[in-house]
Amino acid sequence: MYEKGRDLAAAFVRKQVSRRELIQRASQLGLSVAATSFFVNQAMSQAMAADFDWQKHKGTNLKLLLNKHPYADAMIANLDTFKSMTGMNVSYDIFPEDVYFDKVTAALSSGSSEYDAFMTGAYMTWTYGPAGWIEDLNEYIQDSDLTNPNYNWDDVLPGLRASTAWNGVPGGELGSADAKQWCIPWGYELNNVSYNKPMFDKVGVKPPKNLPEMVETAAKLTKDLGGPYGVGVRGSRSWATIHPGFLSGYSNYGQRDFSVSDGKLKAAMNTKESKAYHELWVKMIQESGPKNWSTYTWYQVGTDLGAGASAMIFDADILGYFMNGGDNKEKGNIHYAPFAANPAASAPTPNVWIWSLALSSFSGQKEAAWYFMQWASSVEHDLFGARKMDFVNPVRASVWKDEEFRNRIDKSYPGYLEQHDVSAPGAKIYFTAQPLFFDLTTQWAETLQKMVAKEVPVDEGLDQLAASVDKQLKDAGLGG
Amino acid sequence: MALTDSVRSSMTTATQHSQTATRAPARRRALRQALPYLLSLPALLVCIGILIPFFTAVYYSMMRFRLNLPMLKGFIWFDNYISFLSDGAFWNTLSISLIYAFVTVTGELILGLGIALLLVRPTRLNNAVSIMLLLPLMTAPALAALMWKLMTNPNFGILSYLVSLLGFENFKWASDPSTALLTVVLVDIWVYTPFIMILLLAGLRSLPKQPFEAAALDGVPRSFVFFRITLPMLMPYIITATLFRLLDSIQQFDIIYSMTQGGPGDRLMVFQVQSYLEFFQYTNVGRSAALLIVLWAITYALSNLFIKHWLKLRERAHGPA
Repeated sequence: MYEKGRDLAAAFVRKQVSRRELIQRASQLGLSVAATSFFVNQAMSQAMAADFDWQKHKGTNLKLLLNKHPYADAMIANLDTFKSMTGMNVSYDIFPEDVYFDKVTAALSSGSSEYDAFMTGAYMTWTYGPAGWIEDLNEYIQDSDLTNPNYNWDDVLPGLRASTAWNGVPGGELGSADAKQWCIPWGYELNNVSYNKPMFDKVGVKPPKNLPEMVETAAKLTKDLGGPYGVGVRGSRSWATIHPGFLSGYSNYGQRDFSVSDGKLKAAMNTKESKAYHELWVKMIQESGPKNWSTYTWYQVGTDLGAGASAMIFDADILGYFMNGGDNKEKGNIHYAPFAANPAASAPTPNVWIWSLALSSFSGQKEAAWYFMQWASSVEHDLFGARKMDFVNPVRASVWKDEEFRNRIDKSYPGYLEQHDVSAPGAKIYFTAQPLFFDLTTQWAETLQKMVAKEVPVDEGLDQLAASVDKQLKDAGLGG
Repeated sequence: MALTDSVRSSMTTATQHSQTATRAPARRRALRQALPYLLSLPALLVCIGILIPFFTAVYYSMMRFRLNLPMLKGFIWFDNYISFLSDGAFWNTLSISLIYAFVTVTGELILGLGIALLLVRPTRLNNAVSIMLLLPLMTAPALAALMWKLMTNPNFGILSYLVSLLGFENFKWASDPSTALLTVVLVDIWVYTPFIMILLLAGLRSLPKQPFEAAALDGVPRSFVFFRITLPMLMPYIITATLFRLLDSIQQFDIIYSMTQGGPGDRLMVFQVQSYLEFFQYTNVGRSAALLIVLWAITYALSNLFIKHWLKLRERAHGPA
């Protein structure tokens, strides 16, 4: 039975047997779902190993720095596959997100060779890249001696490939021809609406399609539900308040953070249109946001939705995904909808957060670390994570077409696939790449807090912000 | 010949003995001379361990040094400090840090002294209560901040519920710029009042009994006893406790960062939080170091002031040292 199961899985991986046939014949052989999955996974690894010398760095010990996240969990669950395929040993340190990036900064700024590869966000590479702490991965991807011929880099969603590549020039276009690939997209999140269907039904409203509608719907929900508030968005004094829903809506109105002229940056957040957008956003939070909004990170936004304290969120789609499962009170009640903030826009343009893998410049075994990175971002591992674990959203187009994955999501997460499919073409990073990203975006969040608290009027606040940003850009030699 | 040899041999032995005898006291003398240096060596090493990072920070504070803009790296002398003078954010940081330190230490002193006075009689109950009151001090401040964050949550926090009963329906605690300082001050007071209390309690219990007995015999009013006898005698303890807390409080980080990250807006942007953000988020090493050096200077000036005052009090009590 063992041999037959293995042969069947191998035939399936070679596409000689359809999924339906696989299931039928596996049940005839008396194989459980788990056993069939095991054989398929093994066959995929063997297929992956067929055309490439994965054993080249056998015996090497790699060390990873990881953030506590379902993506990391999926990788750890499948790590033995990599170890047996390559003969390498992999150890890792894993930290919660609150302290994770401090640890990365400390390790890299000290030139430590302790970690070979690590998880990062694309924005962070705008610091790590110019500082010389991480490798340009184009050199590895394009080297046929170092990269598995089946790696299929082009299968990674184009918006994500571009968003993780930058030429290092402040204001330089992401994904330009001269861009360096600072990291490999691993899993990502785009920003749309996740909402509590029973609450919407109770009040008799539909998911909003644009920002003016969202302001109205959230106010009605707050008023009529008598307890839960209308809409959850982030509000802490951090750059992370700007990048999800806020910037997704902002870019949908065609607004930018900076204008670039003759290689010099200038603040662009105090245009007339930007001020109108900020007015709406601030009004929405004041009327229908959480009472302690200014302390809200992704965690509070998500848990409020899961606990039934909020009726909807405009945040990462995967946050809504995770709140629809586990031990959450509202498990099974969360639905999803695409969201284009601008009523005149034809489609959503969500800004994205991309958990990625980067290669440390201080690693003493970069080639071996690259072997790990290409395995962890391979179609095979992506499929494993998407089918068996909570590896949403996968970054590969082929995985999004996978029937098993789609069926699983469609069954338990109503509207999730649609919101993704509608939004994915316009999903990318809408920030201007520049080294002062964290300083200036945190200051933007600070100004937003002052506006919501009515410490400063919106137009005055934005003018002050723009003046301050321009001064800082000039001081750093980036502004005119 | 044999005799001569024997004499020579005995003379040599005698010389050796005499050399050994003179070398031993010399070694002892050298050891005695080196002993003070050897004894102070550990302190010297610790001192070096402190001074190296300090002077490194001073060096960086005089540099234009952002990790993500390496091409701009260079020595700029005091430009980082000079830029503070015209920087509104710096003056905001300075004033918030001083207000926070002053308000928390004052609150903790008043409460700590009050509780210490209540527990001064060493009964079993008082001893048990004083131990229980130490529990907040054993909680990590960041953990205490998170606990308070939950208790002040407007949706389900117990404290939000209690203040709503008093008519404050929409009390937003740390989320509102007008109440954010009050909220973090409350957490600080909750955590650190036991520290002052235990120091002052020890001080109160060690005061000589005679002045109090004499005052009781004369029928002196209790307020007079407190202000004219207890408080002056307790002053060295009060100054010590204040010094410790003030130095700690002006360097506050964990409570404020855990609760608000320095917000709302820039309402709680104290030195340590600003410096932490400058380094870990903005990778601006030069500015971060300059902020810390300014904080060190303030701390140093305050400690000097308090120590001088403390020495004066001691001199008044015991005569010149």
